[in-house]
Amino acid sequence: MILVIAEQRGGALNPASWETVAAAQQMDAPVTVVVAGAGVQGVAAEIAAADVAEVLAVDHDALDPYTPDGFVGALAQVVARTGPSLVLFPHTYQTRDYAPALAARVGRALIPDCIGSKVRDGDRVFVRPMFQGKFVADVLPEGPAPHFASFQIGAYRADACSRGAAPAAVRAVAVEVGAAAIRQRPEALFKEAKQAVDLTQAERIVAVGRGIKGQEHLSLAQDLARALDAELAASRPICDSGWLPMDRQIGSSGQTVAPKLYLAVGISGAIQHLVGMKGSRTIVAVNKDADAPIFEVADYGIVGDLFEIAPAIVAALDGE
Amino acid sequence: MKIAVCIKQVVTRDWPLRAAESSTWVRDDDASFEMNEPDAYALEEALRLKERHGGEVVVCSAGPARVSQVIREALARGADRAIHVQSDALSTAGADAVAAALAGAMEGDAFDLVLTGLQSDDQGFGQTGVVLAERLGLPHATIIMEVDVGADGGSLRVKRELESGWFQWVSMPLPALLTIQSGINQLRYATLRGIMAAKRKEVRIVPLDALESQGQRILELYVPDKTSATRFIDGSAPEAARELVRLLREEARVL
Ligand SMILES: Cc1cc2nc3c(=O)[nH]c(=O)nc-3n(C[C@H](O)[C@H](O)[C@H](O)COP(=O)(O)OP(=O)(O)OC[C@H]3O[C@@H](n4cnc5c(N)ncnc54)[C@H](O)[C@@H]3O)c2cc1C
Ligand SMILES: Nc1ncnc2c1ncn2[C@@H]1O[C@H](COP(=O)(O)O)[C@@H](O)[C@H]1O
Repeated sequence: MILVIAEQRGGALNPASWETVAAAQQMDAPVTVVVAGAGVQGVAAEIAAADVAEVLAVDHDALDPYTPDGFVGALAQVVARTGPSLVLFPHTYQTRDYAPALAARVGRALIPDCIGSKVRDGDRVFVRPMFQGKFVADVLPEGPAPHFASFQIGAYRADACSRGAAPAAVRAVAVEVGAAAIRQRPEALFKEAKQAVDLTQAERIVAVGRGIKGQEHLSLAQDLARALDAELAASRPICDSGWLPMDRQIGSSGQTVAPKLYLAVGISGAIQHLVGMKGSRTIVAVNKDADAPIFEVADYGIVGDLFEIAPAIVAALDGE
Repeated sequence: MKIAVCIKQVVTRDWPLRAAESSTWVRDDDASFEMNEPDAYALEEALRLKERHGGEVVVCSAGPARVSQVIREALARGADRAIHVQSDALSTAGADAVAAALAGAMEGDAFDLVLTGLQSDDQGFGQTGVVLAERLGLPHATIIMEVDVGADGGSLRVKRELESGWFQWVSMPLPALLTIQSGINQLRYATLRGIMAAKRKEVRIVPLDALESQGQRILELYVPDKTSATRFIDGSAPEAARELVRLLREEARVL
């Protein structure tokens, strides 16, 4: 039996949960979905629409708000009681926060951030990116079941999750979570003050990455943006270094944009960047490395030195 | 405050990576190496906390002998001493084996605070810190962008980064473990004086005979299939640029 740990916050199901159920459905074993929190009946009923054997509702006041101590304690009991062969998660920030500790608590290892799974020489293996997406690896879980793995968001499609003819049964599972065992005291979620630049409205964006080397070269990207009548944006390291303000960052911890034109210069195309821009209509990448993952999403690519190509594009635009 | 910072040595970002003969790792015998990026931010945060609250910053690194390079660099930036868990097998080890190795070497020290980076550039597990917290019995929080130590010196209030621009403050008692996100601070670089001083700082080498069970094994490492239909534009820079502008105008119609 495969356990899929769905994610919810305040009664709203994280849609990545459907993707993980879709992944599990392809594995030839009955799938049971777990929803943990306080007041999760609604979410449990929602995910029970999937073609799965059962949904377990793990309801406890101490599980809301989410804390890693609470979730590790509660889910370790669920895993022990249900004896699954596999425990699967969507690779969300919440999963990053507790799933490795949960696996460690039951004496196992988590294979995180997988983009697929297959049977290889009779064994189920998990496929995960390594070296910033420049390689992928087939990874074999070792030791006795259960094995733990999480799936990168977008690796499976939510609409690939097959629905059941009738809703799956929802069963309440009681767990013991002592308030004293929860050491973290979380406060309410918040957003930083309203951003000064709203890149979501931009028709054209020039995004600059670490290939630009130094702050003193930023004018190169600024000139390119000006020539294209585009907004300037950046990958995270550029904002981390303070070369551009945080509100120009694109990606999972920045803005999500879908302009007509997205021109990425000197950006490798890490998944956390791609999720923020892959919906753009036309993507152009300039990178000196022909194997850079950014080319996987690019419509047009120029392999070469941005210090030559960016000024050449400006000249080509100005040159008539 | 006695602060441990876990620092991993990884292949330099720009190194042209190729799979090794074994095809379970990359060829790195002639590679150049550097400090894993978020670990540099974790070190900086530890140094700032020491400046504010006093105490000691101890670098903890697990890996082969070459790892001494990043240890020296961390000491030059201001860390006080280091623990180097040494074994060749650690260079490709899974997060559980690394966490077990680190925990074993750190246990005697009774650290008030353990900082790790969020994620390594090579394995990208994003979990060594969390597993280490579980092994050391410490409360933890991940993806941290700000650290405040309570006036009593016995607790922490930290800012977690969540998806799509959300944040959350979380408090917890010390001792604790935090995984640090890049960008939490602005990095300092080693001064000549720091480099000289580092030569005299203590590095305790803890040899490791055998790795603990890994829980996972890489069967094969390979370059992912190219699935995209990217149209690559060749030619000299001016030629390629002119052709790109033409395509953006006439084919994509975005200019
Ligand atoms: C939890 C989490 C959240 C994150 N959130 C975000 C986010 O929101 N946004 C984000 O962008 N990242 C985010 N990251 C970081 C992300 O994983 C990558 O580290 C980052 O996107 C890399 O930025 P980069 O492509 O600019 O740098 P690198 O990966 O260093 O790439 C630089 C590229 O420039 C190329 N290059 C170098 N020199 C030249 C030259 N002369 N000419 C042409 N090309 C050149 C190189 O070939 C390389 O491909 C996050 C990471 C984590 C773990
Ligand atoms: N071999 C190691 N030695 C010291 N610290 C490590 C090692 N491997 C991982 N870490 C720490 O754990 C963090 C997360 O790594 P990972 O789980 O591999 O993504 C890194 O940023 C380091 O702080």
